[in-house]
Amino acid sequence: MSEVTTKIKETARKVHTKINKKKKPEFSIPIRGLSNVNYDPKIGYFELKGAKKVRALTVNTIKSFAQTLKMMALSKEVVEGNDMATKREAYYVSKNWGDARFKEQPESDAVMDDIEAMFLVNREQLGFIPEEKGGDIAGKLIVIDKDPTTGKEIKIDCTKFGSGAYSIPSSVEQLKFETDAKFILAIETAGMFQRLVKHNYWKKANCILISMGGVPTRACRRFIRRLADDKKIPVYVFADNDPYGHMSIYRTLKVGSGNAAHINKYFCVPQARFLGVTPQDVEDYKLPTHPLKEVDKKKIKDVLNNDPFVREHKEWQKALKQMQKMGTRAEQQALAVWGLNYVIDTYLPNKLKHPEKFLP
Amino acid sequence: MQTKLSENKLEMNHAIEQAKKQREISISEFFTKNRHLLGFDSPLKAISTTVKESVDNSLDACEESNILPNIEVEIKQTTQERFQVTIEDNGPGIVKEQIPKIFGKLLYGSKFHTLMQGRGQQGIGVSASVLYGQLTTGKPAKITSKISKNKPAYYCELHFDTQKNEPEITRAEEVEWNKEHGTKIIIEMEGKYQRGKRSVSEYIKYTAVSNPHAKLTLIEPDGTTIVYPRATNHPPAKSKEIKPHPDGIELGILINMLKNTKSRTLQAFLTTDFSRIGAGTAKKICAEANINTNARPTRIAKQEADNLLQTIRKTKFVSPQTDCLSPIGEDLLKRSLKKEFDAEFFVTVTRPAAVYRGNPFIIEAGLAYGGSLNRETNAELIRFANKVPLQYQQSACSISKSVTRTKWKQYGLHQSNGNLPTGPLVIAVHMASVWVPFTSESKESIAHYPEIIKEIKLAVQECGRQLGKYVRKQGKVKDEAKKRSYLEKYVPVIGEALKEILALKDKDEKIINENLKDYLERSRKL
Repeated sequence: MSEVTTKIKETARKVHTKINKKKKPEFSIPIRGLSNVNYDPKIGYFELKGAKKVRALTVNTIKSFAQTLKMMALSKEVVEGNDMATKREAYYVSKNWGDARFKEQPESDAVMDDIEAMFLVNREQLGFIPEEKGGDIAGKLIVIDKDPTTGKEIKIDCTKFGSGAYSIPSSVEQLKFETDAKFILAIETAGMFQRLVKHNYWKKANCILISMGGVPTRACRRFIRRLADDKKIPVYVFADNDPYGHMSIYRTLKVGSGNAAHINKYFCVPQARFLGVTPQDVEDYKLPTHPLKEVDKKKIKDVLNNDPFVREHKEWQKALKQMQKMGTRAEQQALAVWGLNYVIDTYLPNKLKHPEKFLP
Repeated sequence: MQTKLSENKLEMNHAIEQAKKQREISISEFFTKNRHLLGFDSPLKAISTTVKESVDNSLDACEESNILPNIEVEIKQTTQERFQVTIEDNGPGIVKEQIPKIFGKLLYGSKFHTLMQGRGQQGIGVSASVLYGQLTTGKPAKITSKISKNKPAYYCELHFDTQKNEPEITRAEEVEWNKEHGTKIIIEMEGKYQRGKRSVSEYIKYTAVSNPHAKLTLIEPDGTTIVYPRATNHPPAKSKEIKPHPDGIELGILINMLKNTKSRTLQAFLTTDFSRIGAGTAKKICAEANINTNARPTRIAKQEADNLLQTIRKTKFVSPQTDCLSPIGEDLLKRSLKKEFDAEFFVTVTRPAAVYRGNPFIIEAGLAYGGSLNRETNAELIRFANKVPLQYQQSACSISKSVTRTKWKQYGLHQSNGNLPTGPLVIAVHMASVWVPFTSESKESIAHYPEIIKEIKLAVQECGRQLGKYVRKQGKVKDEAKKRSYLEKYVPVIGEALKEILALKDKDEKIINENLKDYLERSRKL
């Protein structure tokens, strides 16, 4: 019997006992948010502090209480049957629960998040998988997967996709890797990824290219983490020079998020370092800029005050203050101002000469 | 010397020149230029003002003669743009000599010079309607009046001579009228008829609320007849005329009073022409103003009058008497609201009398809540001054200010800042006073005196607290039902989930459901 089903049974038994003693049954769930995380660079990811919220069963909470129990029952069924359900499928299963059914998927997702946090597991362990796809890979990497029907090992060579790419599956735990690449380059936009693939940049730099397509999904983060741990290769992140690229994308990849703090342990990539674009790059390479939006300014202020990761790293404080002072943001693709392949011929080689200067 | 004379002569010549230019302004010219002051600035308002002024006059006349009013308003469309407005009452009637003056002279009336709670204050309205009708259609006003059942009715057609500014009877005869007494006036005019906000029908409905003793009938151009029956068969207590109170008197009025008094000495003037000044106080005032108590009031110079006023302002007086006021009354206002609004909860309050600038006044408020009233819109605010509904200039009125500044959230209603609350609510506020301080000539909004605002707020809050209790009780009843259905719905789901996870038997599931229900029933806060 798996760890998760044991936990589910334990919880249900406690509730059962309380009800039969006519006492108040309750769940306790860690509070998810930046206010309830610690950051220690030695550990490398956002760790939950102790704060918990107790959800007691009362007339007002009975609906969500019932839904949480039903979701646990579904999870137990799926895990015991060695099956899995997508988040969307779980939502549709709830349509059989009478008045306790979910009206919209975000409601069922929230209940799922609660259960994850309650048991400190990730939703894949609960038997649920997301719809989202993981991200794209090209370069010097062979992924060893299993054929879904025969169970036979298959080797996927990521250099053989031409102008296309290998797609990270939503569950990556079973994958193994072979590579002699010197580093992993995680890229924010699909457009930049396309350019580097088209010109076989991975061959020139002997690396693995990963397109995150915005904030990296859990599968993408887990894939990078497993690959980097396994093969002991460094991870460099190449994103836009704005608070979104620096914080929402890079920081989430490296140390996780406040909202999903209960699973950061699995989904962080502590070895990641920030290659660019930095505010200093904007000055050094004289990049065209746009003014910071109001939300950007607010976000900078907010992370400088409240984000445990930024508060730990002086380099990041300096960079963000510099951006604040310049009042501008710049996209990765702004490098095209010096020629379409300037990024390949000049920017990346220049930056890669001094990885020690990358932001932590 | 020589030059001085010629200078004088020159000045005289100027004066003669000026006098030639100073001809009388024709009344129709004055009217055309000032129609907005008199309430005729749009075709819509022309009909509404005519109805309003006539009905107000009828109600006042009935009240003075202790008659239960029965008033019928009929509006007929004669051409595309013309309407014939008929107002018929069962009032005391008007003696035939007075008819030309009342209907044919602007600013003729008995009300302007007295301090007494009454509907009209300036006597401007009906004659203005007659003139407006004549100017837009060329037709005279048709008036029928009967003063007793023993005398025949008198019918006349009245025309304005705009050159002489004089009314003119173009036709007069005795007619049969099957009525004991009453007055009927027919005016044809250019106009427009609409229903809805600020319409004639709204005015009649609101008037029925503030005059529960009146029977009102409205016949609209399409033939729709709406009858507002009485809520009581007792006419309201007659309001009494009072002398001005010394607080709030102004220099111009004081000088006027001094000039026109019948008293021979200043002391007598003070004690008889004012309320709340006794002989002792009068003597003190004279001494302090340094004027002999026996001085002739008519001879008091302006400077002395000013001294007198300053002394009066420094002196403290007993508050004015308040028995001169005639409020609608808590009970009748509630009955009126019940009659006109299909709601489920009613509350009314009549405040004790208060005083602003020497004028006594009473504030009344009433709320109607729930039922078939609209739940989505802002509350309907009805403002009354001396039982007359105020339909225009809502935002400028101290009633609106006091109501929107009341915190309705504490009474269980939604309210966005500075607005009327939302919900199925009618708010009626009435100010009764010997002198209602309007902000402008059109008499549509009450001025912002702190004493008045305070009283309105207190009245509305008193009603609000009652409403709050009701709303919360309703809320609890609803919550109770909701919780009950919650238990029915979700307890079995929990039993089912536990059964699935722990592989329990049906019997166990049943026990869980019973225990859980029992526990929740007990723990529920009622």
